[in-house]
Amino acid sequence: MIVLEKRPQPSKAWSYATPLVAVLATMVCGGILFAVLGKNPVQAIGTIFWEPLFGEFAFYYRPQLLVKGAPLVLIAIGLSLGFRAGIWNIGAEGQYIMGAIFGAAAGLAFYPLDAWYVFPIMVIAGAIGGCLWAMIPAFLKVRFGTNEILVSLMLVYVAEQMLASVSLGLLKNPEGFGFPGSRNLQSYESAHNAELIAGSGMHWGVVTALIAVIFAYVLLNRHMLGFHIRLTGEAPRAAKFAGVNPARLILFCLGMSGALAGLAGMFEVSGPSGVVSIDFNVGYGFTAIIVAFLGRLHPVGILLAGGLMALTYIGGEIAQSQLGLPAAAIQVFQGMLLFFLLAFDLLTNYRIRAARREVA
Amino acid sequence: MTTPLLSLQGLTKAYPGVVANDQVSFDIGEGEVHALLGENGAGKSTLVKMIYGLVKPDSGTMLLRGQPFAPPEPRAARADGIAMVFQHFSLFDALNVAENIALGMENPPPMGDLASRIREVSETYGLPLDPFRTVGDLSAGERQRVEIIRCLLQDPKLLIMDEPTSVLTPQEVEILFETLNKLRSEGTSILYISHKLEEIRTLCDHATILRLGKNVGECIPSETSARDMAEMMVGTILQTPERSGREFGDVALDVSGLSVPSPSDFGTTLKNVHMKVRKGEVLGIGGVAGNGQDELLGVLSGEIQTAADAIRFNGQAIGKLGPTARRKLGVLTAPEERLGHAAAPDMSLTENALLTGSVREGLESNGFLKWAETQSFAKKIIESFDVRTPGPENAARSLSGGNLQKFVIGREVLQNPDVLVVNQPTWGVDAAAAASIRQAILDLAAKGTAVVCISQDLDELMEISDSFAALNEGRLSAPRETTGLTVDEIGLMMGGAHGMEVAHV
Repeated sequence: MIVLEKRPQPSKAWSYATPLVAVLATMVCGGILFAVLGKNPVQAIGTIFWEPLFGEFAFYYRPQLLVKGAPLVLIAIGLSLGFRAGIWNIGAEGQYIMGAIFGAAAGLAFYPLDAWYVFPIMVIAGAIGGCLWAMIPAFLKVRFGTNEILVSLMLVYVAEQMLASVSLGLLKNPEGFGFPGSRNLQSYESAHNAELIAGSGMHWGVVTALIAVIFAYVLLNRHMLGFHIRLTGEAPRAAKFAGVNPARLILFCLGMSGALAGLAGMFEVSGPSGVVSIDFNVGYGFTAIIVAFLGRLHPVGILLAGGLMALTYIGGEIAQSQLGLPAAAIQVFQGMLLFFLLAFDLLTNYRIRAARREVA
Repeated sequence: MTTPLLSLQGLTKAYPGVVANDQVSFDIGEGEVHALLGENGAGKSTLVKMIYGLVKPDSGTMLLRGQPFAPPEPRAARADGIAMVFQHFSLFDALNVAENIALGMENPPPMGDLASRIREVSETYGLPLDPFRTVGDLSAGERQRVEIIRCLLQDPKLLIMDEPTSVLTPQEVEILFETLNKLRSEGTSILYISHKLEEIRTLCDHATILRLGKNVGECIPSETSARDMAEMMVGTILQTPERSGREFGDVALDVSGLSVPSPSDFGTTLKNVHMKVRKGEVLGIGGVAGNGQDELLGVLSGEIQTAADAIRFNGQAIGKLGPTARRKLGVLTAPEERLGHAAAPDMSLTENALLTGSVREGLESNGFLKWAETQSFAKKIIESFDVRTPGPENAARSLSGGNLQKFVIGREVLQNPDVLVVNQPTWGVDAAAAASIRQAILDLAAKGTAVVCISQDLDELMEISDSFAALNEGRLSAPRETTGLTVDEIGLMMGGAHGMEVAHV
């Protein structure tokens, strides 16, 4: 019989090793899955992890990693602050949409004015949009004690309806021959979130994500507010005893994660996507939850996890087109990653021990 | 000599890193009240868990009436006539007494029959209890009666009681002892676990003393002095805290007309509490657990806010201030629950030092943390209060209860408070550590701090406090000078025996 035994002290070694072990276990089990599907497992895994970085067309895929990874990291950093404090914002997808709508709307309002301040205003509008959307569950929780998980999740679907509505109405391109979707911001110089170095994939969203990582690191490790966030997550009663105001913390964590998600949406709509359209959102807000946990809610971990997640996305797409793997298999593969991570995470706080079967 | 009821021979049980019981042997005779004495962590609980079938010994044997006895699970132990009353009750607040008892039975009889059997047993043994009352409304003493009656219904040969009196008023203790004496006269053996020596001297026929998992001696309690037993238990010579005669200054903490509804459903509402504590004075607040102690601490720490006027510190109304603002003024508190309230279990001692020390120790500037200073503050606590730990980077939960308690008290004491409120400062702490914590509190008072010490340990309160008051159902009795108080008076202040025909004050 196997028993779990709580460690007196969380294991440092395991907390670093867990992500690596989880990735290895995912490779093994994913390989079995691909083999059962009749594909060469080594080739499939190789395609997913190797091809985007060092393959023949890596020059094309590498910038894509930044483009996919930046919004994931940016959103996940925001979410991790709340998750650390036990405040569960599940609706980043909605905040991401609202950030995009607000940002794009601000930019389109100036069209076709050519001025340096258009883009900064869009950035601010995007952050405000996401923040406001997240403040709805925050306010309801503080005022009426509602569950932020449900409210924030439900608001995703409301945001999707808003997105559909503005792409067909308010923000529809007047010169779009009746097709749904806004003007393409990529072709509006002052509002375009262009690549900073051509062909690198590096746009303002990537820069912001890196800044967010540093900001979150400093906040959590060097600032009283970050200490209070961690304290609230680990021991809510002790946090209250230490003088933390729970309402203020809820407003901060949800507002911050909403603002960062909104920023991610704004950088996406003004850059890689360019257009406010019905199918603008592709689930970054939900995947970011996985990224946040994969990165162990640690800023640097999230940076690495965001990269890894982007890698499996792009690698997965390559595997789909080159090897004909079904899309569902790639999703299972990504799911496995989270599953193994959470499972092995147990070993940070517990050790496994083989117990002698106790006989009567 | 007749065969003993239960004979333990060389019982050993090791956990990773610690030998909880090392070759423990002793006998419990028929109709004997046998005390198992030892400090926290001496291995008492592990030993009785082995007898009750909750834990398997690594080696050693048990004989029940000469027959080998190795219960694989508590059910088997119960079938052999062994019953146990745990220190922490396992009762459902929302159910009534009879329902709670039925839940613990293998084949509960119909409710009507059960109720009449409960009445019968409770009358025979002098434990008044109405089977149809809701457990949530019962006092701690009454809840314990539910547990005892649950055991007595099994007609046990050996009744194990784990620290039964820690939640009782003196009058309730008396009732319990009468019951136990009656059981003994009927031939039931009792294994009585406690560290309260006077009780053991009045009640028990025989005592086995455990220290660090080993049987370090046996004695006849009625023929041994409490001090000798204590020294066997601790293994060293105990120092009694010294109290220097001192003058009290002005009133530092003034609570008047404080009424606060409890934040939780089964909590206690504080009703019209008045108290004044002068500089240099130690006010002891006694009372059975669950009579408003947690709420009183919460109100004084600022976790629960109240009318501004209800609490004054040096004349300033502070009822509406939060914990941080009160700390800044010099009102510090140490809650009872160490893990999760006074300290965050998974955080390091350094981070836990920051938890309350940030304001007064200047551990932050503009919100940015000074980790180096925080770490040296944590080290200072560890050194001055002899906290046993490899270093301040260790998690709070890795410390033993007593060590963490020393850390929590030390953290507040070292911040030089003007008012210090502590709840159960020595709960679960070994005797030597308890003595040093009490000494630290007295030293602080000698420097002019007004101290409020909430505790359920009356001996402790008598030892350190200058005046005494008791909490009973959220009301605080008028404080009285400790010198000259008798146990009977204290008992009455604590509300007498709940449910007995003693007039409520």
